Amino acid sequence: MRRLENGAAHEIPHHFATPRQAYESGKLGMWIFLATEVLLFGGLFAAYAVYRGNHPEIFIYAHRFLDSRLGALNTLILITSSLTMAWAVRSAQLGNRRLLTLLLALTLLGGCAFLGVKVVEYEHKWKHGLLWGKRYRPHPAETAQEHPSAAEVLREAPLGDRTNIPPAAIGPSGLAFSADETRAGHADAEEPRNVQLFFGVYFAMTGLHGLHVVAGLLVIGWVFVRLRGGAYGPSNFEAVDRAGLYWHLVDLIWIFLFPLLYLIH
Amino acid sequence: MNGSTAVADNYLSHGRGFRSWFFTLDHKRIGVMYLASIFFFLILGGFFAMLIRTELLTPGRTIMDADTYNQVFTLHGAVMIFLFIIPGIPAAFGNFVLPVMLGAKDVAFPRLNLLSYHLYVVGAIFSVVSILLGAVDTGWTFYTPYSTTTHTSVVSMTLGAFILGFSSIFTGINFIVTIHRMRPPGMSWNRLPLFLWALYSTAIIQILATPVLGITLLLLIVERLLGIGIFDPALGGDPVLYQHFFWFYSHPAVYIMILPAMGVMSELISVFSRKHIFGYKAIAYSSVAIAVLSFLVWGHHMFTSGQSDLGNMIFSALTFSVAIPSAIKVFNWLATMYKGSIRLDTPMLYALSFLLLFGIGGLTGLFLGALATDVHLHDTYFVVAHFHYTMMGGVLIAFLGAMHYWWPKMFGRMYSEKAGRLAAFLVFVGFNLTFFSQFVMGSQGMPRRYYNYVDRFQSYHVLSTIGAYVLAIAFVVLAGNLIHSLFRGRKAPANPWGSATLEWMCASPPPHDNFAEPPEAGDPYDLEHLVYDESIGGYAPRTAREGA
Ligand code: HEM
Ligand SMILES: [Cu+2]
Repeated sequence: MRRLENGAAHEIPHHFATPRQAYESGKLGMWIFLATEVLLFGGLFAAYAVYRGNHPEIFIYAHRFLDSRLGALNTLILITSSLTMAWAVRSAQLGNRRLLTLLLALTLLGGCAFLGVKVVEYEHKWKHGLLWGKRYRPHPAETAQEHPSAAEVLREAPLGDRTNIPPAAIGPSGLAFSADETRAGHADAEEPRNVQLFFGVYFAMTGLHGLHVVAGLLVIGWVFVRLRGGAYGPSNFEAVDRAGLYWHLVDLIWIFLFPLLYLIH
Repeated sequence: MNGSTAVADNYLSHGRGFRSWFFTLDHKRIGVMYLASIFFFLILGGFFAMLIRTELLTPGRTIMDADTYNQVFTLHGAVMIFLFIIPGIPAAFGNFVLPVMLGAKDVAFPRLNLLSYHLYVVGAIFSVVSILLGAVDTGWTFYTPYSTTTHTSVVSMTLGAFILGFSSIFTGINFIVTIHRMRPPGMSWNRLPLFLWALYSTAIIQILATPVLGITLLLLIVERLLGIGIFDPALGGDPVLYQHFFWFYSHPAVYIMILPAMGVMSELISVFSRKHIFGYKAIAYSSVAIAVLSFLVWGHHMFTSGQSDLGNMIFSALTFSVAIPSAIKVFNWLATMYKGSIRLDTPMLYALSFLLLFGIGGLTGLFLGALATDVHLHDTYFVVAHFHYTMMGGVLIAFLGAMHYWWPKMFGRMYSEKAGRLAAFLVFVGFNLTFFSQFVMGSQGMPRRYYNYVDRFQSYHVLSTIGAYVLAIAFVVLAGNLIHSLFRGRKAPANPWGSATLEWMCASPPPHDNFAEPPEAGDPYDLEHLVYDESIGGYAPRTAREGA
């Protein structure tokens, strides 16, 4: 087994010729993996775009049930944890073990806080029946009380008119409702149809993101545990670096999710 | 070392027992395990195919009822696609050959490589378990709302496919990094063997398309388990969105299948024509062009789904453009053969079959890519014949060619040429009997995935079934020949075919570490300097022989 030029006790796998080759291979591999993660979420972003494009009324109406203050808080938490993570990588490079320990701990704390806030939000949705597809069972009166702004949306603009889906063609009887029928069924509805779609998208996106936060925490936790063995130093900070890259990606995805779901006009 | 003498310790004898294989980090052993598993699923998928063809011998019931038939054709498709053809060439031959072609000791991430194999096994188990729990009957495409309403075990099967997707992604990551970072001295990008260019392009698709399949299947699973409603029209969702997602992966996936096959072709055609490959750069860059274009044409599977006319027209035009890089390759192979001294060894017979069969498959793709004809041909046996000409006539044939080409390297034994050629001939005849008849009946309106049919199609179905039986016999001959060679075959020389790529510079089978020192790479298609040496029964560099 070869050793690093500077003599540090870090061994590189036998199939690499130089430590540099090993390091760069690892880095490239990680970036490619991150690209696959982006595409995994890409599918959900595409679904979001399609449904929001076709049914803006649903999104405008339903996003009021999300608490944008909690969302903003979570954004702040994640950005801060990204900062501590980046700083942790730097202190690993500089060989500052004490600082590294502290910063990793702070990052872990940030991730947990994020999940905590998310639990509060989910619980609220659960209580009000504001769930996905089949599970969508809102309690209108109660919810309207708590979310006057949603009721306002309805009062201000008749949402039915904002859908981008043209009315179904009127076929021979039995194929589709005539225009009048749909409208009649709609006029006295309290909310746009298919609000559950928004919550389906919301839970799919934040749920998958939440799973990624958990995965990120596990990875950083693993890096943290290995700290004790004195695993990292100026010539061996790859694991910290890679965990950091992953964490930044998780953060970045949330930065897109927050405005798309919470801040709709 | 040019390896003309057998090395005592090779990768096969390096360590014994189940654990030394199943937990090995050696890319060669992983490749061999993949080969065995993939071949097993090829046989399993073939078994389902025989059931399908037998059932279709007569209209109405022949050996099974209609619901079973739906399950059998779904299993055939799913097993062949997810467990055989997608991992196929890259996982089995790519794993074995890629590092050796680079003169490297292993792929960049051996552990990830092993993980990829283990995930393959786990994914395969989920898929097989789904058969026991009630095999899926939706077709391999799992279209909603079939897949959200059927009572069969969709979750187990799609979870299996999801896991297999990860296995594929990890292979892709490994290959890209290895090719970028581990090329030997002297191997610039323009001296990369074309098989590696093909694997590289394949890997791009694997890492960019597979995650989209992943999220699609995940959504399908939560749809079934929790009723999330994204694809369910009853809940406001859109089933056509599922089709978009599915084909956004699955069209590029057909190039995950065919690009490595094309890479194999480039190697075979040059070696067995004893001539430098013609148009190296055109072949190399057309692989990348195919990889890029493949992401832009998925809508051609949905011409009749009600997507917008404008969308249809754009997808149709882009579909035609994919044919250009494919044709560039075919013409360059033909030009390579021109005035070469062609040797009709078994691998070359498969290469020649590929040229003809893939030609037909690709050209009929253009019929389907044209809007007006597709409305007539969509969901008929014409489509079935098209994709079998590309996937079986193209990919499987190249897979068999690769298997016969690298077999001596992998196991150090030569098989019987006579039996090999006989099997190749039978495959060719059986294949055309099976699927050409399907073009004819498809164009006359025989719909695909049907259990029953009107009497006038029966003669075509009978022909097709006879062809399928011929194929089965061909496979028995083929497998018998290869297995026999393991025990009785002549010892293989280091370079039996006279190829100039690096894997032929080390012994057959290669030693555990491939190369002690990274070899100097030259032009991978400079065949002139290799001459046949009676005494070793294989080829050796001219200088080495004269020096001896
Ligand atoms: C010149 C290149 C090709 C063109 C223009 C082309 C075009 C098409 C079109 C338009 C369809 C849709 C037909 C329909 O459903 O109505 C189709 C189906 C299909 N093609 Fe191709 N194709 C090409 C090459 C390939 C290759 C190389 C493969 C595989 C290795 C392949 C595999 C398939 C499969 C599996 C289907 C049917 C999927 C299904 O519905 O189950 N094609 N092709
Ligand atoms: Cu396609």
